[in-house]
Amino acid sequence: MKNAIRISCSRHNLKVVRDFVSTYLAAYDLSDLHLNQIILAVDEVVANLIIHANHEDESQFLELRVTVEQQVFEIEIEDDSVSSYKPSLYREPDLQEHIRTGKKGGVGMTLVNRIMDRVEFTTTGTHNVCRLYKRLA
Amino acid sequence: MKITQQTTENTLTLSLDGELDASSSVLLDTELTKPEVLDYRKVLIDCQRLNYISSAGLGVFISHLQRFQDANVKLVFFNMQEKVHNVFEILGLDTLMTIVPSEAEATAI
Repeated sequence: MKNAIRISCSRHNLKVVRDFVSTYLAAYDLSDLHLNQIILAVDEVVANLIIHANHEDESQFLELRVTVEQQVFEIEIEDDSVSSYKPSLYREPDLQEHIRTGKKGGVGMTLVNRIMDRVEFTTTGTHNVCRLYKRLA
Repeated sequence: MKITQQTTENTLTLSLDGELDASSSVLLDTELTKPEVLDYRKVLIDCQRLNYISSAGLGVFISHLQRFQDANVKLVFFNMQEKVHNVFEILGLDTLMTIVPSEAEATAI
């Protein structure tokens, strides 16, 4: 089973990533809801990296690798963008305020943080790695 | 993502078919931005064939809600799959938006 994929930074590849995660997890008999949550968390991080970190530059690539060990799903997402995500700057959104001001973005990482058991971002030089963990059972 | 429109005198129904992500949500945003949308009293979103929604899709609805409210246009979702409803729930959006089980209930609002 394929456990790694490399994609260019085009938002059209979001569907490719979702299908990749879905196919990998098909062997684990997850509920629709649980599977959808994991796919969503990965999609949110990948969308941020494609759109915000790499500005949809299709000459840039993301590398994704998934494993399941002892019933814990882990995905590593690597890129080489200069503008790395800084979790320390994360703030819980005020949705009433988003609605009042008509704000479109800013809730993706909230979904990721609420869905996954652990979220890590590390940067070495310009090499960034995001790791997401979720217990499957 | 395919969006089908159906209109009556007071109601615009948009049926969403497919996956609403950071790529396809642009299409929905274009539809909801059209000024004529505010000519209706209600905009119903049929989610029966909506198989997936990410924050980008949610963001489109969040960004238009106040504009709809200011124009006295009700935005109502119906026929939502459980896994899609769950995404609204994770953020608490299910309490800020009107989501009903069926088209009959959406029409009755």
